[in-house]
Amino acid sequence: MTDSNHDIEQPDGRVPKRVIGTPSPAADTALLGTGEQHAGDLDVPGVTPQNEATAKKGEKFAALCFTIALIAGIGFIVSYVAFQVGDIEKTKVSNLALGGALTVALLALAAGIVVWVRMIMPKYNLVQERHPMASDGQAREYVAETFLQGAAESGITKRPLLRRTLLLAAAPLGLAPLVLLRDLGPSYADFPKKLRHTVWGEKTKDGKHRKLVVEGTGAPIRAADFNSPGGILSVVPEGYEHDLNALAKATLILIKFRPEEIKSGTNLNWTHDGIVAYSKICTHVGCPAALYEQTTHHILCPCHQSTFDAADGAKVIFGPAARPLPQLPIAVDNEGYLVATADFAVPPGPSFWERGDAEAEVRENGGHA
Amino acid sequence: MSAGSVPKPIASTSSFIDDRIGAGNFLKRNLRKVFPDHWSFLLGEIALYSFIVLLLTGTFLTFFFKPTMGHVIYDGSYEPLKGVMMSEAYASALHISFDVRGGLLMRQMHHWAALLFVAGMMVHALRVFFTGAYRKPRELNWLIGVGLLTLALLEGLTGYSLPDDLLSGAGLRITEGVAISLPLVGTWITFFLFGGEYPGEDVVSRFYSLHILLIPGILLALITAHMILMWVQKHTQMPGKGRTNNNVVGAPFYPAFMAKAGAYFMFTFGAIALLGTFAQINPIWLFGPYTPADISAGSQPDFYMGFLEGSLRLMPAWEINVLGFTLPLSVLIPALVPMGIVMTGLALYPFIEQWVTGDRSEHHIAERPRNNPHRTSIGISAVTFYGILWLLGANDEIAAFFHVSLNWTTYVGRVLIFVGPAVAYFVTYRMCLGLQRSDAAVIGHGVESGVIKRLPSGEYIEVHVPPNEAIEAHMRGKTAIPVITGTSADGDGIPPKGMRGPLGKLRAKLSKAYGGEKIPLDGEHPHEEHAAVGSGEDDKSLTRH
Repeated sequence: MTDSNHDIEQPDGRVPKRVIGTPSPAADTALLGTGEQHAGDLDVPGVTPQNEATAKKGEKFAALCFTIALIAGIGFIVSYVAFQVGDIEKTKVSNLALGGALTVALLALAAGIVVWVRMIMPKYNLVQERHPMASDGQAREYVAETFLQGAAESGITKRPLLRRTLLLAAAPLGLAPLVLLRDLGPSYADFPKKLRHTVWGEKTKDGKHRKLVVEGTGAPIRAADFNSPGGILSVVPEGYEHDLNALAKATLILIKFRPEEIKSGTNLNWTHDGIVAYSKICTHVGCPAALYEQTTHHILCPCHQSTFDAADGAKVIFGPAARPLPQLPIAVDNEGYLVATADFAVPPGPSFWERGDAEAEVRENGGHA
Repeated sequence: MSAGSVPKPIASTSSFIDDRIGAGNFLKRNLRKVFPDHWSFLLGEIALYSFIVLLLTGTFLTFFFKPTMGHVIYDGSYEPLKGVMMSEAYASALHISFDVRGGLLMRQMHHWAALLFVAGMMVHALRVFFTGAYRKPRELNWLIGVGLLTLALLEGLTGYSLPDDLLSGAGLRITEGVAISLPLVGTWITFFLFGGEYPGEDVVSRFYSLHILLIPGILLALITAHMILMWVQKHTQMPGKGRTNNNVVGAPFYPAFMAKAGAYFMFTFGAIALLGTFAQINPIWLFGPYTPADISAGSQPDFYMGFLEGSLRLMPAWEINVLGFTLPLSVLIPALVPMGIVMTGLALYPFIEQWVTGDRSEHHIAERPRNNPHRTSIGISAVTFYGILWLLGANDEIAAFFHVSLNWTTYVGRVLIFVGPAVAYFVTYRMCLGLQRSDAAVIGHGVESGVIKRLPSGEYIEVHVPPNEAIEAHMRGKTAIPVITGTSADGDGIPPKGMRGPLGKLRAKLSKAYGGEKIPLDGEHPHEEHAAVGSGEDDKSLTRH
């Protein structure tokens, strides 16, 4: 209930005018070294010395703590030399030894000091006066006068040419750092255009459509082999398997459906034999929508749980994403491998200011970008 | 107060310094500076000491970390990732973890200290808020504190993006998704931040210089200012016996407070070392290198970012397309509004309160939360708002753990985010009044003594005695919250100039509701059924209805 740790010897209420417990000017040279042998001298209100028995006990206990800290500190140094790292097991042992020793050393040191404060140092209940933070009227007046006088002396107030040219001179220098930041960004400025295109729209060097390859192995996908309904693959563009900038827009999920499962939202012209490719990059804030529930055909983004119906053009059925995952037009090449026949009709990934309603444009143009 | 003479080495050093900078005058005034004592005053110190640990461990980490995104083939001693292509940043983070002695310990301590830093700041801010310790003259220090908290979040965000593992990349991707959603400037900010398209090869080195130089530099400067202001203005104290608005009661800086602070630093440091040793945190080697194509389910940010994650999850899928431009409200609102409400609300609160109460006087006695019920209710309301968002940031975990529908956690959350704070406000307000009543009862009737008396009429009553002096003084620290009245001081019924308009009327109304004495301590005693009958005058009885 109470917050006061110590009882107070003063009578209630009134402010003591004396600052008790602060050293008298005469004691300036004796700020240090208030030793135990002088405990009797500490006859200051608000300072209650510990009794000698408690202090003795405290000294022993604190000394024990400090000794433990010493040993643990040495243990830390020894552990550093004794335990090497280099594999998981060794690192684990080294971490335990170093961390354990450090913990013990620090906590023992802390405990020792607490014992010191509580059992050896006096109990304090000192009172100091507060003064209003504001300076007195005289000081304020003096400052105000001096300020005006200084301003007048400097001539800044009555010499407008000086003042205005100084301000003008500062302006470009203030802007200079901002100008310098220009090259943080790329040399081009048509950012929206970059965001609208992915590498799927680029032909390969020999002028063919780009193959879909399995993420991780880089193996191209033969449509005939990807034939079990409910199957799902994470797919990246051939030639860009390790290009993170390309992957951030072009990664796909490839899903195999039974033909009767596919609903009207899916563009059948862009599928091949029940195989549908959607952008894996969530249209909310760009996490990979990596979870797939086979029975319901739901694609779920683990970041914010936007849920898309893969059978129905990946339309949003739950969560904060506002748009379906874009579908990629795919077909097979003459060897039977899955390829992209064109880029996404709409920009994949999170929305941005200049994006506009790309979906509506596509609908107006009859399904083509 | 003679206590022997100062030992020679100290005396000669100190006079050397004093001769040159006159340190004696400063020490004379400050060595015995009094610091009041209360457990809640220690919360901010946790943050302070965590910051020191962050500087120490962070400096160690910079000796080994390579903040570049160039690709390398991993060839360190962590077997499962050998031969895997990854960024140099991630490879060096693995190197710190497995090939530098004490590296893993320092990494884990750094991460734990960061969590403790933010957590310490949060509970400290709550303490200051609920006890009104931000009131004049401490508004500036409060603003510095709000700035520190904001910067700490930014520091955390730039920090956990550095190791470039799969989890940190997921956080970075969300950051990008939010940045690019901003109207007009979104694509510009994103392309400038990442030096081109996401993820590019620049962001780690840029975040690195922000994380180890710019932000900590500002943090350090602001923390120093925070400390200096606290020192100059002297700490607030809890109400109690002998404590007034014009004094400070407690222990002297030298030697008691100094030693206690030292011990507390060691405790904080030790606790962080304990966590860093035994509680694994951010095991980046399990996540693998970042690729925008993959993510692991259950990815969670550090706790202090959880409320943003929750608000993103909660938001319905609103997006506006006008004139060829897109406004992704489903990202903008959750990313900006909750943070805006909390931070702006914190920053403005002292000034709004001053405007409402018209109180321009200095306050050095901390208020007990019950004694300012509207403030406490507003605070708890905000905590509830934040807490619901924070919980919903883990709604997938909640759904999995309690076997409830994930979608329903979101639906429920969408309602709770509005209802929860309102209910919290009402309940807190009633609780504050109840606690005030119980204080008034203790002051007015004393406390139960355990002595049962039989009256001549045959009735039994329990004898009440006056409360303990310290407790009574603590309770009597209560002061009425100032109110501005709608009428002028001369009582002619005409409101002063500033109070006539609609804003003035609103202000008067708010002031009346906010301020005043809700339950006077020495007010009329509630209807007494059992009069005190006792040995002395102090004997009072209390009957609770």
